[in-house]
Formats: sequence, C-alpha cells, structure tokens
Amino acid sequence: MSVFGPVVKIHPVVLASISDSYERRNEGASRVIGTLLGTIDKHSIEVTNCFSVPHNESEDEVAVDMEFAKNMYELHKRVSPTEVIIGWYATGFDITEHSVLIHEYYSREATNPIHLTVDTALQSGKMNIRAYVSAQMGVPGKTVGVMFTPLTVKYIHYDTERIGMDLLQRTRLATTRTKGLTSDLSQVGGAAARIQDMLTTVLAYIEDVLSGKVTADNSVGRFLMDLVNKVPTISAEDFENMLNSNINDLLMVTYLSNLTQAQIALNEKLVLEIKMLPVIYLFSLALP
Amino acid sequence: MKGDAPKAEKCITKFFPPFSGVDQHRLMSSRKESTSTSVAAMASTSGTLDSPVKQIQIEGLVVLKIIKHYQEEGQGSEVVQGVLLGLVVDDRLEITNCFPFPQHTEDDADFDEVQYQMEMMRSLRHVNIDHLHVGWYQSTYYGSFVSRALLDSQFSYQHAIEESVVLIYDPIKTAQGSLSLKAYRLTPKLMEICKEKDFTPEGLKKASIGFENMFEEVPIVIKNSHLISVLMWELEDKSTAADKHELLNLSSSNHLEKSLQLLMDRVDDLNQEIVKYNTYSRNLSKQQQQKHQYIQRRQQENAQRQSRGEPPLPEEDITKLFKPPQAPPRMDTLLIAGQINNYCQNVKEFTSQNLGKLFMAEALQGHN
Repeated sequence: MSVFGPVVKIHPVVLASISDSYERRNEGASRVIGTLLGTIDKHSIEVTNCFSVPHNESEDEVAVDMEFAKNMYELHKRVSPTEVIIGWYATGFDITEHSVLIHEYYSREATNPIHLTVDTALQSGKMNIRAYVSAQMGVPGKTVGVMFTPLTVKYIHYDTERIGMDLLQRTRLATTRTKGLTSDLSQVGGAAARIQDMLTTVLAYIEDVLSGKVTADNSVGRFLMDLVNKVPTISAEDFENMLNSNINDLLMVTYLSNLTQAQIALNEKLVLEIKMLPVIYLFSLALP
Repeated sequence: MKGDAPKAEKCITKFFPPFSGVDQHRLMSSRKESTSTSVAAMASTSGTLDSPVKQIQIEGLVVLKIIKHYQEEGQGSEVVQGVLLGLVVDDRLEITNCFPFPQHTEDDADFDEVQYQMEMMRSLRHVNIDHLHVGWYQSTYYGSFVSRALLDSQFSYQHAIEESVVLIYDPIKTAQGSLSLKAYRLTPKLMEICKEKDFTPEGLKKASIGFENMFEEVPIVIKNSHLISVLMWELEDKSTAADKHELLNLSSSNHLEKSLQLLMDRVDDLNQEIVKYNTYSRNLSKQQQQKHQYIQRRQQENAQRQSRGEPPLPEEDITKLFKPPQAPPRMDTLLIAGQINNYCQNVKEFTSQNLGKLFMAEALQGHN
C-alpha cells in the first residue's frame, strides 16, 4: 500500500477556525470535530476552509450530526464551488477508536480523506498539528485494521494573508492582545525600523567575523555581496533626475487632490448656503 | 470603471430581503437561548441603544476569513460581500465571526439568499457561534465604494440593527503592504434624511449635510484570544515563507494612474450633476421673472379695467400656469462628492508614503 501520501498544505484561516470552534465547544465535550474543505492536487492537498460539526461522544458510542455536515457543505459550496470535502479534523492529542468510525464516515464522502489533529489542550506544551491518512493493515484474509499514517504538514498562505497575519502576529506582543490599525507614514516608518533591525543583526555578525570570534561562512559572504550590490550604481546626476521627477509627480498629484477637495467643499457651501442661486460656477479641472 | 457601479447595485440591492427574517430570527433566538449571555445583552441593548458605537473589535479569524474570501472568489469581479456576526458590549461592537455571500451569477437565485442566510445562521447557532447580525463587509476597488447601493444597504441595516457597520476591505492597498480595513456607519443626520427620503436641495439644506458628514469612520482594534495567540507563536516558528517587503516598494505610477483615472471619471460625473443643477436654477429664476411679469401685467390690466369701469379679471391660479421645475435630487451629487473626497484622501496617503520612501532611497544612494 502506498502510504506516503500527499503533502498537506494548510492555510492559517483553517487553524484559527479550529481554535475558535474549540473555544466555543459545548459543555462536557472534550473535543470538537469538523469537516475540512479544500482542493486536491496531484501531490498535495490544500486545505482552505473548514466548519465544525456538532457531535456527541461518550464512552461507547459516538454520534455525528451528518445532516448538518451535508447542509453546511452545500452552503459553503455555493460560495466557493471549487472546494471539496477532503477530510476532517479533531482537536485533542490522541486518535481514539471513535476516530476510526468517524473516519469511515468521511471516507464515504471523499476519496481517501485526511485526518487532522490539532492539540488545543497543549498537552505537550505546544500546539501540535498533525495530519494522517488511513491505511489498511493486518493480515489479509483475517481481521483487517486501520492504521493512521502521518503526513507532512506545511503552512502556506496568500500574499495578502501573510500581510494580515503580520498584523495579527503583532497582537500577541501587546498585553491586552489588541492592536489598532496604523496608517500613513507610521507604516513606512515601521517597515523601515524592521529593516534597520535586520541590518544591525547583520552588522553585528560582520563585526564578529572581522574580529575573529566567528568563522566566516562563504555562503553568508555571498549573500552579503548580493546585498551590497543590490543598491544600483547610478551616476549621481541620473539619480537626482529620477528622484526629482518622481517627487514632482507625487507633489503634483497631492496638489491636484487638495485642489479637488477644496473645490467640492466650495461647491457644497454654495449649494447649501445660498438660497436664490443666480449662477454657479462650473468647475472644470484639466487633468494631464 | 463605470461598469462597477451598476453591477454593484445589482449585487447589494438583492441583499435586502433577509431583513424581516433576520429580525424575527434574532428575537426568537433571544427568547429561546439561555446559555449564551451575550444574546441576553444584545436583546436588552438593541432596541434602546441610542449612543453610537465608538469602537470596533475584530477577531483575527474574521480578518483572515475576509482576506481569504476575496482572494479566492474576488479576482476579476468587483465586489465580494459577506455578513458579520458578533455582539455589542458597552459601546464596543465585537465582531467574532463572519460568513461570505455567494456571488450573483444567476438572476434566478433571488430567494435563495434569504434561505442561505437563514440556514447559515441556524447552523452556526448549533456550533455556538454568535449568530447575531451586526453588519456586513464588502471589498472595494481602489476605494470606490461610496455608491447608492451601499447607502441603501447600510441604511437598511442600521435601521433594523442600531449598531451595525459596514467593513470595507481594500485588497489592493493590502497587497501593497498593510492591511486596509475600515468600518463605516451612517451619521444620524443622514439616517434622518434617508428615512424621509427627502433628497431635494431644501431638505438637505435643512439638515445641513455636506459630503463630509455622511459617513463616520469607527476605529478598529484587532483582538485575539489566548489560544489564537498560541497558534500565532506556533506558526511563527514553522512558517518558512520569506519576508517580502512590499511596503517599501518604490514603484508608484501604476497605482497613481488608476486612482487618478477613477478620480477623473467621478469629477466628470460631478460636472454633469452641476450642469443639471445649474439649468434647474436658471429655469427657476426665469420662471420667477415670468411670474412677476405676469402678475404685473395682470395688475396693470385690472387697473385699466377699473378705470374703465369694467369688472376686474379673476385672479388666476399662478401656480397652475407656471409649474415650478423639478428640483433635481441632490443625493447623487452628495455621493459623488463623498467618493471624490475618498479618492483624494487615498491618493494623498499614498503619495505621502511614497515621498517618505523616495527620501529613504536618496539617503541610501547617497552612501554609494
């Protein structure tokens, strides 16, 4: 049996969803399960969405609300028709016998479903995220069992997701776990500060190498060469010209937008304040 | 760009029907549910809350979901929309979850929406997700969201649910380096006007609404629970994607061009509106003059007749003779002005950032 399955690529929104549904679980439930949606590729499975499914679990039996699962899948399908059921998730550390049953149910919905466990109880001090696919095991002809074989898990995100994640990452540093959205120059300032930090680290490393504390690494040296050469060598005059023309463009646009704003404000005033309007001046902007 | 507005109208105006259904659903749920205290709080404050919402608190999950929705479904088309769920605490509106709305590809899927929304909310209630409608979100193209459709939608929402907001997500600006998410509400003045549906110049003058006090922006704060913070720490370790610094990108002409193009279109629109208003006011004043002349002639004639001893001519109803011209509705002008204002703000923000970057580049070059 080929057990080396595909690579599982997870989007952060799935994990956040799972954590959220774990926080909102019913009283008495020790874990939460749900369906995973995504797309299947030849060698990888991309998990892009999920929703939780209510279920009851006791010592000897487990009941999953299948109607609900089907309904939710239909609803989700209307928004994103390309997503299919690719497996299911459960919070918690171990795989219990109930998992096998649930897995069987899901194998009816999808071919070769994957099972994702997210350890929200932080049993080992970290939030372990693992994926499994089921494989048959045992002696053929006699009792056949099911074994869950682990798969490699990778995290991917779209560019915009990463930018959103950056902002969310910054919330964990604040004491109240909140963060406002910055604006304007402060953002550029922030990005510049980050680059500056990185440069100081690099400089510290270089100092160490020069003073002999750390042995020089050739690959790092090559990266440094690349870095220094990235600043293009343009003659000072050319650069002045480019810089000035760019600055002029930006200043002109700023001037025009200020002008437009002033004019619409003026128009507003004229319409609202003056009662009998003999004539209103027509504003025509000749934009280049 | 002009194609944007009509399609968006089609999208959002179909959004309405859920209203009565949602309200009933909310009332039903507030009576039945006893476990979630949040529902109780909402039921007590929703009817009588007059103070507007002062701050919005969004969970990280909502941000990620909105980004994902646009990324997957929004490429090429104009707007993606969805519903925000959450609750109200004091003067804060907490948004804890959201779900996307399907695109309007077929025209026959009209009643589907009500059903979709009801089903979604019912299902979410089963898994203990806050199922209270607190607003809606929409993506925008270069900041062009001030439209009639948006106004109508938001008015409906705010009318039914006092504290609702509309979240505008700008994916293009986000792709340039920093998350651009803004929350807007209609000012109480504008709510009044929309209720009366009185869009004539006199009506607007009475309420003294300018384009600046149409929408009010509410500050947003992002909050994460502890578990999500743990998740963040985990992902920070494992994430292997290299840090790209789009924020420090120097090229600006593309973005500026598009923004200016949109701005020019809007200014043209505004021009047309102004011309319309001009002709109206000229017609009005001409008519006034004609009225005066008519009255004067009448009086002269009456005086002549009296002098000749004949009975005076009856005073005819002048208003029937001179029907006053229709005052053009001012709402569109107001919206266009608001949109232009928005564009200008965005452009200014963009240029200020770019100037900063250019100066940094100069400093870097100076050392070379």
